[in-house]
Amino acid sequence: MSTEKSAWRKAYEWHEARLPIVTWLDHSLGTKYPVPRNLNYWWNFGSLAMFMLAVMIFSGIILAMNYTPHVTMAFDSVERIMRDVNYGWLIRYMHANGASFFFIVVYIHIFRGMYYGSYKSPREVLWWLGILIYLAMMAAGFLGYVLPWGQMSFWGATVITSLFSAVPGVGDAIVTLLWGGFSVDNPTLNRFYSLHYLLPFVIVGLVFLHIWALHVPGANNPLGIDAAPADKIPFYPYYVAKDVFGLGVFIVIYFIVVFWAPNLLGDPANYEKANPMVTPPHIVPEWYYLAFYAILRSIPDKLTGVVAMFGAILILFALPWLDTSRVRSANFRPVFRVFFWIFVANAAMLTWCGAQLPEGPPLILGRIGTFWYFFHFFVLLPVLGWVETPKPLPASISQSVMKPAE
Amino acid sequence: MANMAHAPAAEAEGETRRDFLLHTTIAMGAVGTGMMVWPLIHSMNPAADTLSLSTAEFNISGVAEGQRITVVWRGKPVFVAHRTAKEIDDARKVDLDELRDSQPDEARVIKGKDQYLILVGTCTHLGCIPMGVKATEPHGDYGGWFCPCHGSHYDTSGRIRRGPAPKNLEVPPYQFLSDTTVRIG
Repeated sequence: MSTEKSAWRKAYEWHEARLPIVTWLDHSLGTKYPVPRNLNYWWNFGSLAMFMLAVMIFSGIILAMNYTPHVTMAFDSVERIMRDVNYGWLIRYMHANGASFFFIVVYIHIFRGMYYGSYKSPREVLWWLGILIYLAMMAAGFLGYVLPWGQMSFWGATVITSLFSAVPGVGDAIVTLLWGGFSVDNPTLNRFYSLHYLLPFVIVGLVFLHIWALHVPGANNPLGIDAAPADKIPFYPYYVAKDVFGLGVFIVIYFIVVFWAPNLLGDPANYEKANPMVTPPHIVPEWYYLAFYAILRSIPDKLTGVVAMFGAILILFALPWLDTSRVRSANFRPVFRVFFWIFVANAAMLTWCGAQLPEGPPLILGRIGTFWYFFHFFVLLPVLGWVETPKPLPASISQSVMKPAE
Repeated sequence: MANMAHAPAAEAEGETRRDFLLHTTIAMGAVGTGMMVWPLIHSMNPAADTLSLSTAEFNISGVAEGQRITVVWRGKPVFVAHRTAKEIDDARKVDLDELRDSQPDEARVIKGKDQYLILVGTCTHLGCIPMGVKATEPHGDYGGWFCPCHGSHYDTSGRIRRGPAPKNLEVPPYQFLSDTTVRIG
């Protein structure tokens, strides 16, 4: 090493003294960000979610260059993207399936947080920001699904906006305001397009806050205990390498669907142009909303159903206090761990119910699932914290590894 | 190397297995990124339906001697001029050495159809439409076209004679399908 600084080094230091962006990045996602050494692969899904957000923004910007937000041209402009625009089919299939994969990644990310108690003190605000991101994603996904102006777009938009008519007194006025008219029509499409373009950047801002809130206490870990400095390793290179490996595996799966089964998760009815005079026999939302749709349909009262559906999401904000156990990781909570997997299975069952016609066994199962969903949050979690005896926690991450050698 | 304290000191010299993995990973990442960026960029090139609009046909028999008309090709104006004998003569007696973008008039028309001049109506300076199609418009100092944006003068062969434009008005590819029908593109 010569003592003479190179011109590059001098320029770098000159700039860094004025805007220390490299130092900031190094502290955010680099060598100065200490992370618990024992994270497993479930911790890959945060970076995967960021990757999917970037994919959605880049593919969406290109799609917006070729899309026409007008009721007479929207459907045809999407077909033109599929047939005439160079690689338009690829970009649209990446975007449509990207929404599904974004939700897959985020659902795993949320369930990971629930299993390992990542929402518990001191990470409540981090958890809240995550729910806000999830809500913004749901809004963006719904708005985006309307844009191709197929039958499912139109009738999905009609049903979801009509949820607000359940609001007592001013419900109809709210729906008219959302529509900009007396039915879902061109003004609705225009504003949905505008908001669909806006929300991703709101999500980017929320992700920024989410990562900021993550850095204050640092990442949780599979043991759920506070990691001592000696039990932490730098994010770069260790977790960057691990995230990149996970990203490679994820991209393979994602593109298998994009290339070979691009309509697997879509509804064929959306390849039919919107017709305000004909409702399709069976309206279903995209798969990632089905569990909440099942909750809506389980309750035979309009207002209560809508409240239950939104409540099923909003209840997540209270999760840090509904769960009265101070042990974070389910690995040390034998009873909770069983109920966690029942909760996951119940969510999967509700998702299935949401895709069926709301009559007969699916309706009954949907009602049982809805009951269990709220029972889990309102009864099981508070009670479990009191009655369950957790397994003894290790004193440190390294002790948990050294134990067998004793 | 100062801020890479965790790199194994023993392997500081020469190529290591870790260097190999790092470099191949970066190389594969760069190839993959490139393969993804190309479709995104290429999608901004003309789409198939845009390319299919790349020819235009019109009937030239309606253009009387001395008249000029405009037809649309690829979203741009194309000037069609039925030149008078004087205009052809003016274009052909010019000393080619005087021209900025030297080209004989004979090279800009189809032999035997010398009276018909067909030009892309876009100024080669910065893309404005030169005036001179209508008889009432200014024709510039050389009897051809005059671009009002920055003052380029074109002669009766559409060649640049004065002003900032660097090139003659472009002659598009075209052919006579019959005595009266012309296809551009």
